[in-house]
Amino acid sequence: MCSTMARAQITTDAIDPQALLARVADPSSGAVILFLGVVRNHNDGRGIEAMRYDAYDEMAQGTLDEILAEAEERYGVGRLAAVHRVGELGIGDVSVAIAVSSAHRAEAYEASRYVIEEIKVRLPVWKKERFEDGTSEWVAGRNPDISAEGGA
Amino acid sequence: MKVRALFFASYREIMGGADFDVDLPDGATVSDLITVLRERDDAAARLPSDPAVAVNRSYCASDAVLADGDEVAIIPPVAGG
Repeated sequence: MCSTMARAQITTDAIDPQALLARVADPSSGAVILFLGVVRNHNDGRGIEAMRYDAYDEMAQGTLDEILAEAEERYGVGRLAAVHRVGELGIGDVSVAIAVSSAHRAEAYEASRYVIEEIKVRLPVWKKERFEDGTSEWVAGRNPDISAEGGA
Repeated sequence: MKVRALFFASYREIMGGADFDVDLPDGATVSDLITVLRERDDAAARLPSDPAVAVNRSYCASDAVLADGDEVAIIPPVAGG
């Protein structure tokens, strides 16, 4: 099952970090980096109860795949995989996971960092915070950097 | 020609729907579509005049020319991660 998992995924299912690690396992690798983004219980001084993630699924899958391909080419790393979860998430739930394996650690760290930073500026995903007082608000995002893909 | 406009997150709330078809003259650009959308009603006027847009699932500049059947997503500032 792990070997057939797409390396870029948008999913409503809980993220399984072990499955992601299995996806990048490679006998020529000497370093494996796993990054997890998790829902925290506060933002800008306000208490948060839950977070709802929405995505433009049909585009996000392709964008995430492009980001992984760019990281692979840029840093020459062996294997990468990433998953972004959507739907209702609670505090401590994993919203995004990135696994990179490589012969050496330096490029693995750099590739992992590249992927999360590009997710933040390009992936068509949005989140709405639900505060402890029952109100909710869309998180102020960033205008997507459209230059990376060079348009249609 | 007819294009399908898609809305997400805060823009979906502004527009009051996830998607709808829009009739445009041939040769219309992304920018022309945004102008038409913003004239829909008072709430729609809150849509930015130059939002990020993806045409057929790739980000596009506002001067890109649209074609019949295009899927045009109006993309709010993104907040993944």
